[in-house]
Amino acid sequence: MSSPREVYLDSASSTPLHPAARETLLAAVDRGYGDPRRLHAAGRDARLLLDNARAVVAECLDARPDEVGFTASGTEAVHRGLLGLTTATGRDGIVHGAVEHSSVLHAVAWRSSSAHASVAVDVTGRVDPADLAAAADRPGVGAVALQAANQEVGTLQPVDEVELPAGVPLLVDAAAAVGHVPLPRRWDALTASAHKWGGPAGVGVLVVRRGTRWTNPFPGDDGLDQLGGFPDVPAALAAAAALQAVLAEREEVAVRQFALVDRIRAAAAALPDTEVVGDPVARLPHLVTFSCLYVGGDEIVSALARRGFGVASGSACTASTLEPSHVLAAMGALTHGNVRVSLGRETTADQVEGFCAALTEEVHRIRAEAGL
Amino acid sequence: MSAPTTEIDCRDLPCPRPIIELAKALPSVAVGDLLAVVARDPAARHDVPAWCRMRGQEYVGEERAADGAPRYVVRRLS
Repeated sequence: MSSPREVYLDSASSTPLHPAARETLLAAVDRGYGDPRRLHAAGRDARLLLDNARAVVAECLDARPDEVGFTASGTEAVHRGLLGLTTATGRDGIVHGAVEHSSVLHAVAWRSSSAHASVAVDVTGRVDPADLAAAADRPGVGAVALQAANQEVGTLQPVDEVELPAGVPLLVDAAAAVGHVPLPRRWDALTASAHKWGGPAGVGVLVVRRGTRWTNPFPGDDGLDQLGGFPDVPAALAAAAALQAVLAEREEVAVRQFALVDRIRAAAAALPDTEVVGDPVARLPHLVTFSCLYVGGDEIVSALARRGFGVASGSACTASTLEPSHVLAAMGALTHGNVRVSLGRETTADQVEGFCAALTEEVHRIRAEAGL
Repeated sequence: MSAPTTEIDCRDLPCPRPIIELAKALPSVAVGDLLAVVARDPAARHDVPAWCRMRGQEYVGEERAADGAPRYVVRRLS
């Protein structure tokens, strides 16, 4: 458990519950236990709450309620979404950006296809829409996956500029972007994850546009209503409440966060032999990643934790696989000494100044101890 | 390609030690000469080229050492 005094700068991994979600969750836990398919009072109550959750999420994501399904996680939403599109098209090939979330890469690896293709990114982590369209215009391609924004470096992808061949649907993984930036409008399926926007964990969202062919790739029927079994109705409603609240304050929070991140970008760039990665402008407002030569990712993360700052890293030594981040590797960025900072809605300028000071001291200390 | 004048053995060193050793060894190599670092650490494949870019040196390429370990070759430019 994180110390109550820790300044939590890892909201891109998971956010604390938004106060609106907390209130809703506590109220819904007592009311939303029934089976929404039943016609008794408890069932009708649960159905009301679940339908309410779908309606709110649909409105927030510019979709219709019957286009929205809840899953157990953002990862499950991507797996069902992407594999459901290829199952429906009957073509297993998936074209995707090289820096997509691991859930996309795992879905691609699930069914082998000679038509799978990973499209390279530039040094900012951005996919060229023409490259993506060209890769999609090959026999055997059943779906394309492109994220709205990158989860590690914050770069926004040019989703609305993508012109795909007819009959090749686009899934947009919006997990990193929802609640932070306006979403792309051009997609056939969209996925997100509630614990990234201030809702509870255990709620993913899969939206499939009407008219898009989608077939459940896993056991069960083809409806979006109860993907993966009995729904967590209270959690879905809390997720919806959080999304509504976060969107209501989005612009104000984003302006503040964007400036605070610029401050961190400047402090990191002022360190010798340190590279700030990702697009400096077309980016998520709350997230920044940089890599420091000669510094271990685990060393700097542990050092910052001792100083009271909780951050993430894409360096190999911090990963369960001991492989460096595929995102940093695809961008040609330095993979060691990597730090990802993602601000919360309440992160203050004082906290950011404290972080920048601690970062500078710890990087110099670690390098001095390495004899550099 | 002419034989590297210097090879450093970082086979069993974890990230980022191969890059630290590379930086420390650079001054021992004349400008224009080659320096090879042998490293099994998977991050080295990405980080040797990135180090070259950041430090203004030339990344020549990846080879295999006699035992099959990856060997990354750098040319000192400055």
